[in-house]
Amino acid sequence: MTPITRLLSNDHDHCDQLFAAAENAVQARDWAHAEAAFAAFSQALARHFAAEEETLFPAFEARSGMSGGPTFVMRSEHLQMRELVAQMAAAVERRDDAGFLGASETLLMLMRQHNLKEEQILYPMTDRILAGEADLVEALRETLQAD
Amino acid sequence: MSQTGLSYEQAPPYGLPLRFFLTAPLFLMLAAVAAIPTAADWTADPHTLAAVALTHLLTLGVLGMVMQGALLQMLPVVVGTPVPASHWVARLGHLGLAAGALLLATGLYRGSPLLLNIAMLALAAGWLPFLAAAAVSLARARTASPLTLIPMRLAWLGALLTVALGLWLAGVLAGDLDPNGIEQGLGLHVAWGLTGWVLLLVMGVAYQVVPMLQITPPYPAGYARWAAWVVFAALALLSLASFAGMSSLAEAGYGLLGASLAGFGLVTLDLQRRRRRRLTDATLLFWRLGMLSLVILAPLPWLYPRLPAELQGAAAVMGGLIFLLGFAVSVVSGMLYKIVPFLAWFHLQTQTGARAGSIPNMKEFLPDSEARRHWWLHLVAVLWLVPAPWLPPAYAAPGLLLLALAAYMLWHNLLGCVRLFRRYGGRLH
Ligand code: HEM
Repeated sequence: MTPITRLLSNDHDHCDQLFAAAENAVQARDWAHAEAAFAAFSQALARHFAAEEETLFPAFEARSGMSGGPTFVMRSEHLQMRELVAQMAAAVERRDDAGFLGASETLLMLMRQHNLKEEQILYPMTDRILAGEADLVEALRETLQAD
Repeated sequence: MSQTGLSYEQAPPYGLPLRFFLTAPLFLMLAAVAAIPTAADWTADPHTLAAVALTHLLTLGVLGMVMQGALLQMLPVVVGTPVPASHWVARLGHLGLAAGALLLATGLYRGSPLLLNIAMLALAAGWLPFLAAAAVSLARARTASPLTLIPMRLAWLGALLTVALGLWLAGVLAGDLDPNGIEQGLGLHVAWGLTGWVLLLVMGVAYQVVPMLQITPPYPAGYARWAAWVVFAALALLSLASFAGMSSLAEAGYGLLGASLAGFGLVTLDLQRRRRRRLTDATLLFWRLGMLSLVILAPLPWLYPRLPAELQGAAAVMGGLIFLLGFAVSVVSGMLYKIVPFLAWFHLQTQTGARAGSIPNMKEFLPDSEARRHWWLHLVAVLWLVPAPWLPPAYAAPGLLLLALAAYMLWHNLLGCVRLFRRYGGRLH
């Protein structure tokens, strides 16, 4: 059983879909739609980060005794991604499609390789060392689905 | 150990893959220019020394160059294990490939045993440390998804066999080794080189990057699990057939290879058609051209032995042009247009800790309009060159000039990205 891997990988896919919808709307310069679509994406991403940073990583760090290791790297990549999302938000506000698309391209590359590392290395590791902690999975699920 | 592949410190410095990426377009330019005065030879027959020399400017100087650079960069991320001694491996790989490709091409063209012998040394130095280091990384791989690992490991084997056979062929041409069996050896070298190494590696990379770049559905699991094994089985059949001299086995092998080319091309085109991200950028255009080339090429392995002997030479040259320029160079160009600007952004951001808004984004590092201009030139050059083997030699020259210009644009675009990186204070090492 790999419940953490499954839950969070599915949420990555969900964020990707919302990302594409927002980017498509910006590319079509359909700004009314783009604002809503971008808001949906950035909220979903923020919830995903929150689930990891506030629930998953602390549990992993406590159990494994590693706080300067993999979770440190993942947190700093979250920071880089947040900056790009902020840049995209400013571009939506300015109705600057070229600025948005340049930042979104960069975010997509960063996000997908970050996700790859989580899905192939970090999540399976947490599933191993946190096996059987059903409460944890429930807490993650709640954060991801919060409004 | 447990953080293997996760941290920035383990990612190689920008300059490490970059030296490969900036050298490759120069070899493409060189091949295009060198093909102009030799057109009467290579358009007529793939076994002329000019054709073999040009082939290796492309397979070693362009494709080998980009693929080694990309693997040194990607293996830690994609399969989750670092490449040991990657600085030394990169230095040797880059120098060995560059010197080896030049020496092999001149040695072949001039018919000089001495140059061929030096080329063999350089190429052994360019490939063997790289293959050894990649073997360590691939053997220790701890990725949870084996789908990319299968084609990557098989491609590694393909590269090893191709290099071993190539060194043997060169030794025979230099007069050092017994020419017994050279026909079979050549057939296997070509098949393992083009499909065992190049095609399988592109498949392994595609399983990761096609869904990632365009947000497409993943490759169907059944397809991804078996496709690489089918290519491998086809090559195993061909190898067996050439030792045992059984033509029906070879027939089956070529049939399977043709089906593999079509299958990979069609599945990838279909995924790209179903992409979530509507944006059409230069990378997507290059990949489509590459996949379409594979589909067009698919009947050739089956058709070739059925052609009258006097048509076979031109058909083989045309097949080589479609595979090397239409497929391989296109796919590699498309990848460079993602990797090089992304790494520029990533290293600059990480080195300077700059806020995202204060450094250029990927599209500012490498504008898509420039990359598309390159794509157009490349497309016209390929379309022009494909019928060249059937036409008088002088016909090829304008297409080759266009190809050289396209290669220059690629180089210029990549260099522009690196210059901007330096201007913002980025460090290459
Ligand atoms: C150590 C590296 C290599 C060496 C020394 C080498 C050497 C050679 C030699 C000597 C021949 C001509 C044999 C003859 O005509 O009797 C040949 C043919 C060929 N090689 Fe290589 N090779 C190397 C790597 C590769 C790689 C990596 C590829 C493909 C990715 C490749 C693809 C080909 C092709 C397609 C031909 C047939 C060319 C034609 O008939 O025009 N080679 N190789």
